[in-house]
Amino acid sequence: MTNPLATIGRVFLNALAEIGRLSHFAAIAVMHIFMPPIYWRLALQQMWLIGYNSLPVVGLTALFTGAALAQQIFVGGSRFNAESVVPGVVVIAIVRELGPVLGGLMVAGRVSSAMAAELGTMRVTEQIDALTTLSTDPINYLVVPRLIAAVLTLPLLVLVANTIGVLGGFVIGTERLGLNSGTYLQVTADFLENADIVSSMVKAAVFGFIIALMGSYHGYNSRGGAQGVGKATTNAVVSAFIMILLANLIITVIVFGNQV
Amino acid sequence: MTEQAKITPMIQMDNIHKSFGPKHVLSGFSLTVQKGESVVIIGGSGTGKSVALKSILGILKPEQGSIKVDGTEITTLSNRERKPILAKIGMLFQGAALFDSIPVWQNVAFGLIQGKGMNKVEAREIAIEKLRRVGLTPDVGDLSPAELSGGMQKRVGLARAIASEPEIIFFDEPTTGLDPIMSDVINDLIVECVQDLGATTLSITHDMASARKIADRIAMLYQGKIIWEGDKSQIDASGNDYVDQFIHGRAQGPIEMQLLKP
Ligand SMILES: Nc1ncnc2c1ncn2[C@@H]1O[C@H](COP(=O)(O)OP(=O)(O)OP(=O)(O)O)[C@@H](O)[C@H]1O
Ligand SMILES: [Mg+2]
Repeated sequence: MTNPLATIGRVFLNALAEIGRLSHFAAIAVMHIFMPPIYWRLALQQMWLIGYNSLPVVGLTALFTGAALAQQIFVGGSRFNAESVVPGVVVIAIVRELGPVLGGLMVAGRVSSAMAAELGTMRVTEQIDALTTLSTDPINYLVVPRLIAAVLTLPLLVLVANTIGVLGGFVIGTERLGLNSGTYLQVTADFLENADIVSSMVKAAVFGFIIALMGSYHGYNSRGGAQGVGKATTNAVVSAFIMILLANLIITVIVFGNQV
Repeated sequence: MTEQAKITPMIQMDNIHKSFGPKHVLSGFSLTVQKGESVVIIGGSGTGKSVALKSILGILKPEQGSIKVDGTEITTLSNRERKPILAKIGMLFQGAALFDSIPVWQNVAFGLIQGKGMNKVEAREIAIEKLRRVGLTPDVGDLSPAELSGGMQKRVGLARAIASEPEIIFFDEPTTGLDPIMSDVINDLIVECVQDLGATTLSITHDMASARKIADRIAMLYQGKIIWEGDKSQIDASGNDYVDQFIHGRAQGPIEMQLLKP
């Protein structure tokens, strides 16, 4: 306890062990996607829970962020008499970064925690063990539908977030900052490239995977009663947040790192 | 039935070792259950009774030892290969473990629909029939498990365990947390259901009244091993101090409560 080096060593080893366990769980979960049965009905139900119920929070986040962004860029740009960059910068920032990242984080806050709480409760009340005794593989029944649903739903949500975010900028830009609405839309369309949209969707799908993986992993492996479930819920959200931000950085560097 | 099939035990656990970190839960656990026999494991809280059952189900993997179900070694099987074995086994869990996201009848029919691919209409009929078998009316089938009392949940758990007419049934503390009368009702149901199905059963309990009622044979688990086993008629004259202390529920005796140690 007193030796700080030993403590650091232990923390480091524990972190490595945790990464190992998580990778193992992820590998098993992905393998089971290709091992029938796939419970499509459960996947659809999850898509509804993840997608439809997240729409308000994701939409509002995008709206306010897009609007604030337009205001800031206008103020910043006016120092160089460059107010006209507003539509271009807003659309790039929203589609490439803020739409997927903020959308991913908002959904992670809602969904990873809910998944961890649900699966954690099923774990500590032995419902997961009960599945096994009823000839049903718990990974197939619980984890695979959540992974599939999140990977398919997040791109749709982010598409909505991007659209609303740009719209938020448009409203502030035209109503408050006096930009011409026709020009605004024209510049937005000119700046936006296919690669931006593709990278946005790829990010969204990856974030969806992270969200469902973290919720499932922490819930599935929780132990120790109600307290354990609470801990699993917190850990699911925190780790999903960090992994989303890290994955975003990696994808951004890979996709845009070589552009000058 | 051939001579060979008669002598193959339904469950044969041999020298099982299972630890969690530094904690040895099972150390040299051996137990044999013959076809059609009802064996009850007794033993204190936290001695590893549930761990023993979960090892047979493959939910926990022992570090060492052999487990044969109907002659098939299961410790070396993959999850996929274990499936036909698990299809022979039904289990009533300690806390009933009903799925709270689906109504009661779907809980009972779960193994039939998901496991055996039966259509819902047929499975529902069987589920209602099994609910009736454990003394619950059909309208209970449409309730959510959260709306049931503990005793009703245990009954639904029992109905679910017997729904696919398994050859082997595990009962993990079927009467814990129930009043004495409801306990006796559950015990009677267990005895009846087992007779109906001709099933082999392995049960866990702390409740001696329950053990005496449902067991043919009783085995006592202490410190990771079976330290005594015998016909239930012999339990009062076991000549084993540990067994005597346990069945009379005395604080004084050779069994030290784990609480006192740390
Ligand atoms: N998955 C697990 N991870 C870590 N430890 C476990 C796990 N399952 C069981 N244990 C430990 O193994 C020991 C035996 O647990 P088990 O559930 O088998 O007890 P039990 O005999 O069924 O007790 P009870 O009668 O109270 O149900 C306990 O000390 C428990 O802490
Ligand atoms: Mg137990």
